[in-house]
Amino acid sequence: MAAAVYYDEMQATDGAVRAHYREFDAWLKNTPSTRIAQKRAEADLAFHRVGITFAVYGEESGTERLIPFDIIPRIIPEAEWKRLEAGLKQRVKALNLFLGDIYHDQAILDAGFIPREKVVNNSQYRAGMRGVDVPGGIYAHIAGIDIVRAGEGEFYVLEDNLRVPSGVSYMLENRKMMMRLFPELFAKQSIAPVEHYPNLLLENLRAVAPAGIANPVVVVLTPGVYNAAYFEHSFLAQQMGVELVEGRDLFVKNRMVYMHTTRGAQQVDVIYRRIDDDYLDPEAFRPDSMLGVPGLFSAYQAGNVALANAIGTGIADDKSMYLHVPEMIRFYLSEEPILNTVPTWQLRLKKDLAYVLAHLAELVVKEVHGAGGYGMLIGPAASAKERESFRERIIAQPDKYIAQPTLSLSTCPTFVEAGIAPRHLDLRPFVVSGREVNIVPGGLTRVALREGSLVVNSSQGGGTKDTWVLEHDAQSSEPAGPEGQSQQQRQQQRG
Amino acid sequence: MLSRTANELYWMARHIERAENTARMLDITSRMLLLPYHIMEPGQSWAEPWAIPLITTGLATSYYERYTELSAGNVLQFLICDRGNPSSIMSCMYSARESARAVRGALTSEMYEDLNATWLELRSKNIDEIYSAGLSEFFDWVKTRSHLFRGVTFGTMLRDEGYRFIRLGGFMERADNTARIIDVKYHTLLDSADEVGGAVDYYQWSAVLRSVSAFESYRRIYRDVITPVRVAELLILRDDMPRSLHMCMNAIYEILTEFSDASTREPARLAGELHAQLHYGRTEQIFAAGLHEYLMAFLDKIHRLGEEISNHFLVPTNR
Repeated sequence: MAAAVYYDEMQATDGAVRAHYREFDAWLKNTPSTRIAQKRAEADLAFHRVGITFAVYGEESGTERLIPFDIIPRIIPEAEWKRLEAGLKQRVKALNLFLGDIYHDQAILDAGFIPREKVVNNSQYRAGMRGVDVPGGIYAHIAGIDIVRAGEGEFYVLEDNLRVPSGVSYMLENRKMMMRLFPELFAKQSIAPVEHYPNLLLENLRAVAPAGIANPVVVVLTPGVYNAAYFEHSFLAQQMGVELVEGRDLFVKNRMVYMHTTRGAQQVDVIYRRIDDDYLDPEAFRPDSMLGVPGLFSAYQAGNVALANAIGTGIADDKSMYLHVPEMIRFYLSEEPILNTVPTWQLRLKKDLAYVLAHLAELVVKEVHGAGGYGMLIGPAASAKERESFRERIIAQPDKYIAQPTLSLSTCPTFVEAGIAPRHLDLRPFVVSGREVNIVPGGLTRVALREGSLVVNSSQGGGTKDTWVLEHDAQSSEPAGPEGQSQQQRQQQRG
Repeated sequence: MLSRTANELYWMARHIERAENTARMLDITSRMLLLPYHIMEPGQSWAEPWAIPLITTGLATSYYERYTELSAGNVLQFLICDRGNPSSIMSCMYSARESARAVRGALTSEMYEDLNATWLELRSKNIDEIYSAGLSEFFDWVKTRSHLFRGVTFGTMLRDEGYRFIRLGGFMERADNTARIIDVKYHTLLDSADEVGGAVDYYQWSAVLRSVSAFESYRRIYRDVITPVRVAELLILRDDMPRSLHMCMNAIYEILTEFSDASTREPARLAGELHAQLHYGRTEQIFAAGLHEYLMAFLDKIHRLGEEISNHFLVPTNR
């Protein structure tokens, strides 16, 4: 079997540098490797000092890990981005309409497009949400949609993250770092800014406050400093200028939510919560949760506080629901889906199960409720022994799994120990819904640093890159005349 | 502001201030050891010099729980690097950085990065390295990092409630620590002669002054020999000395008065009482009662004030 040929973001198959990478390529060739090495070391130091660390946090050194940052950006030409953006907005709109429908009339179930028992018997379905009106009908205020590219213009949605998607702080810090290390790159090209994300988030959070509140009090709710994403929680609270609270800082009285302040109790109107549903309220969900706020769900049901994201969004990003999203788009929006969906086998169906078991070596099998790259089998990369043990797990509980073809994820040149080499990557744009649906250009690019690996999750040794959306596509290799000049001027105006 | 946030900011500031003052106290102890023994007057005898920082910090008991022998190496290890001692410089900086991490949204980025950089540099040090690089260099480094953080705070932070809790914590700790440092002299001579002005006396009082960066100010103000009465006046009663008890209480009283409302009068009242005592106090009264006794009474009241602040502002109640 011939080695698979992957689409490379920077180089065409004939080795030529793609138009949107030419400027960067020229810079890379003209910059001494010693300077680049020095800048890479500088980036590591700066990330440590700023404290952009993740994962297990303990008391001694070595437990605060950096997510490896690669200085070669992932560049998306404007035309491609426009299409992606339209597709993402369409998808998130449909998902929000689906959630509103599922927790009210359930028209899509009545119409028979999705089997009813698949929804109401799903562990992510929150019966207590049925009939609860949420402001603006928005459930997934912040959505992280994982996108991969298979070929030219060929983008697939890998999964929707509608519960507490994280990573946006890395997107922002990566940009800050690149601008600090290599300002000359930004002077030469028009790279769409992303720095307004916290503003956008705050605006949208304020927009979903309970009706009649002129100046809503917004807070970010975190599980605490030991959470892997704690840096992001504190970062966003700081950038938005709102309080970062833990469960113990909040209490509920007469179905209103308050926080303990130095001046007594202060009412809270909007909670951007970064705690999973299960841990949010020990009275409504897991009684053993120490992270939540007793009575919060009842205050929420009464409409006295807004939660972003809403409770019960997990029913829409569940991996078993993924294959129904195109149907949702057609049903609610009467539009054809813009983004591709990966063909998905549902192992709860006998026919699909038989096929998958016969083709394990070619497929990716995922747990329906898995996340973070855990509990999955990548057929082509697994040993025969691994496949056999996975086969047994599937046969024991087939409805716990889905399967998809192994996608040939695109690659991008990346600094590795041996120099620069292609590595597989994905993209997580962040879609913010409130008054309207907004996306800052780009998103978080994650890269699998091990050769040949398709797993980009940071918990599995993945790294990140800055993501550039070029505001004007480089149409040719000729240096741009008047247009190039005006770009430069615009850049200067922006400062 | 969240009570928890106020609590973390207050303790962050206290821990940094404590680390700085521990460095000052150790610096002074190691400098006193450089004094030649022959200047001792007849009838005087040294206390074991390395016991002094343990006694003044009130940590002697916890030291003997961890170490059997009193030695320079042990005391320095205990007060600088020992993470089992919550007041060691290492532990203080760790706690300060943890507090900052817990509420970093309430700080400016520069403040967090500065404190984080301090911790990242400190955590890799051990006592042997500190020895070989020079103790004084290390103490200077700790002081400099503390100065730097104070400067970054002063220069970048919004003058909001958080800023006031940071100041409050810093001054509360400093009031406590300065009182302890002045009291060092009491513990230095086991058998204190009544007469003053001897060579040992001179060096010891000047060491006390230097440890709180007051030696030059003393010269400028008094242009005369160093006497205990003037040292006490300078470090206790004058309100233009940045580490004096009076100056600390000025700031504490002012902040608490701003905070106080109908339900939170007690901290401000207590601070007012302490402040008035310094504002209207005279050195004669202090020495009539005994300097050591005066300082002990002061420490007791500062401790009570700390408890009141905690109860009223930092520990949540469903008010």
